[in-house]
Amino acid sequence: MTRYILNRLGQSLVLLVLVSMIGFAVLNLAPGGPLSQFALTPGMTQADLDRISAQMGLDRPLIVQYADWFWRLLRGDWGRSFRDGRPVLDVISGHFGATLLLMGTATVISVTIGTWVGIKGATKRYSIFDYAATVGAMVALSIPTFWFGLVAIYIFSLKLGWLPAGNMYTVGDGSLLDYAIHLIMPAMVLALVDVAVWSRYMRTATLEVINQDFVRTARAKGMTQRRVLMKHVVGNALLPMITLAGLQVPTLLGGALVTETVFTWPGMGRLFLDSLGYQDYPVVMGLLMFSAILVLLGNLAADLLTALVDPRIRLT
Amino acid sequence: MSVSATPATRPARSHWWNSRTFRRFARHRLAVLGVVMVVILTLACIVGPYLLPYTDLYIDLRARFSPPLTGYHFLGTDPLGRDLAARLLMAGRISMLVGFAAMVLSTLIGTTIGVVAGYYGGRIGTVLMRFVDSVLSFPSIFLLLALAAFIKPSPIMITVIIAITSWMEVARIVETEVRSLRERDFIVAARMLGLSHRWIMFRELLPNAMGPIIVAATLTVARAILLEAYVSFLGYGIQPPLPSWGNMLNGAQQYLQSAPWLAIVPGVAIALAVTSVNFIGDGLRDALDARSDLN
Repeated sequence: MTRYILNRLGQSLVLLVLVSMIGFAVLNLAPGGPLSQFALTPGMTQADLDRISAQMGLDRPLIVQYADWFWRLLRGDWGRSFRDGRPVLDVISGHFGATLLLMGTATVISVTIGTWVGIKGATKRYSIFDYAATVGAMVALSIPTFWFGLVAIYIFSLKLGWLPAGNMYTVGDGSLLDYAIHLIMPAMVLALVDVAVWSRYMRTATLEVINQDFVRTARAKGMTQRRVLMKHVVGNALLPMITLAGLQVPTLLGGALVTETVFTWPGMGRLFLDSLGYQDYPVVMGLLMFSAILVLLGNLAADLLTALVDPRIRLT
Repeated sequence: MSVSATPATRPARSHWWNSRTFRRFARHRLAVLGVVMVVILTLACIVGPYLLPYTDLYIDLRARFSPPLTGYHFLGTDPLGRDLAARLLMAGRISMLVGFAAMVLSTLIGTTIGVVAGYYGGRIGTVLMRFVDSVLSFPSIFLLLALAAFIKPSPIMITVIIAITSWMEVARIVETEVRSLRERDFIVAARMLGLSHRWIMFRELLPNAMGPIIVAATLTVARAILLEAYVSFLGYGIQPPLPSWGNMLNGAQQYLQSAPWLAIVPGVAIALAVTSVNFIGDGLRDALDARSDLN
């Protein structure tokens, strides 16, 4: 087990280095490089630009700049926002909670619904329910998240008036219920794609388990269908799903960006778009790296969890 | 050299519409529906604009915010009084073209990297595939938006950056396929004949990996149309006055109460196009799957 964990940690570190190289390349892609925003300031002369360039260390060889940038990244010094001068990591962490709440709720919704739909589809294969779930999942994957959000706002906020059209809470009312009411619609919208993916994979995983010998044995000894499902099938089918949950992190983060924009949810995605609008490149770069690190951590956690639950993995 | 190009034992095919693959595809009802929908959408976008009384840029000031089915504006008009049907069809040209072109580009990139990584394996393969993993670690919308904000947005650049952020899946699929084909007898034979690496990779391995590539490419079209819609909706994709399905939705949210058709019409178009392409991809996967071919 220790060897497996060390091995997996090593892989993640290698990926982190590669990811940071791509991030650094994107940073240098900005027109005029990291200096672009100073160049726009009126009254800047070339001499001024050269001085800033030297101050920021931009006259050094690219490889030295990269090493320096990566080292500061590791130490948590991610630069300062152009907009308000606050450290980038502080700005990000101020928005991270809202995104985490949204993504967490969406995951709970999609795992619950997706698992149920997947198992039902697998046990009643080729039924109308199974067919409808398959087609429904494919349609759900084809609808742009933001458009689904717009339609939901139109129906539930503008026509029926049941739910608020945006924001995270009503100013002056900070009750838990108020938060919950604001959370429902964006979380459902964000969960849609995930429900589709989760139910598809759950169906396949269940089908794989359901034909195995131990399930037949359980049936043969007279267990009811329900108990066989609960005791032998669901647990085993959920094992590969842990990996899937890790793999869904980038999709969820991307979906959160769009959902947050439509519902004016004060999370990382909104921050990313606002920062793009202000050409606040340190925050943009910070968020790009932050989201990639989240993805790496998500995959790592999923793999370690699978190894913890499933002894077959650690032994090989 | 050309001796090995056509295996002598290949069974004579009659017509392509009699092939097993085609018959299996034709049995997949949703896939056929998808093909019909895509053909209709494509034809409508090519021919439609010539049949409408308005162009996509004509501003009918007296008819601003007309709901659908008023006068000759059968899908209504936008806040400037431009005909929504004309804009929708012109936007369809751009959105579908961007989707298709991005697919071609990303399939080229993905296939090349996948074949090289799978064929050479070893250190080259590992480095390439770790590179694929690391690009996949960025949520594609974040990467796409960052690139789009840095680069001057034109339809060609948008196509390029969509391709840059969506070739990885193809690369993975091709790598797996090639790695399993590499040890097969016909490749060993090709090597013993002394064929060049390039010949083996692109003339022997690639044709045999075509099935999964075609499926992945089809699904990439759907993905690319969606990605274009996302960036354009957020304001960093195709720039007005050039219409695209995504940027038609860009201003729609503020008129959701007064003019909901502005949001509904382009959204339905995107959903229809993407769903149809996904259905086709699903049908192709069933039809081309080599495993179900054995029985």
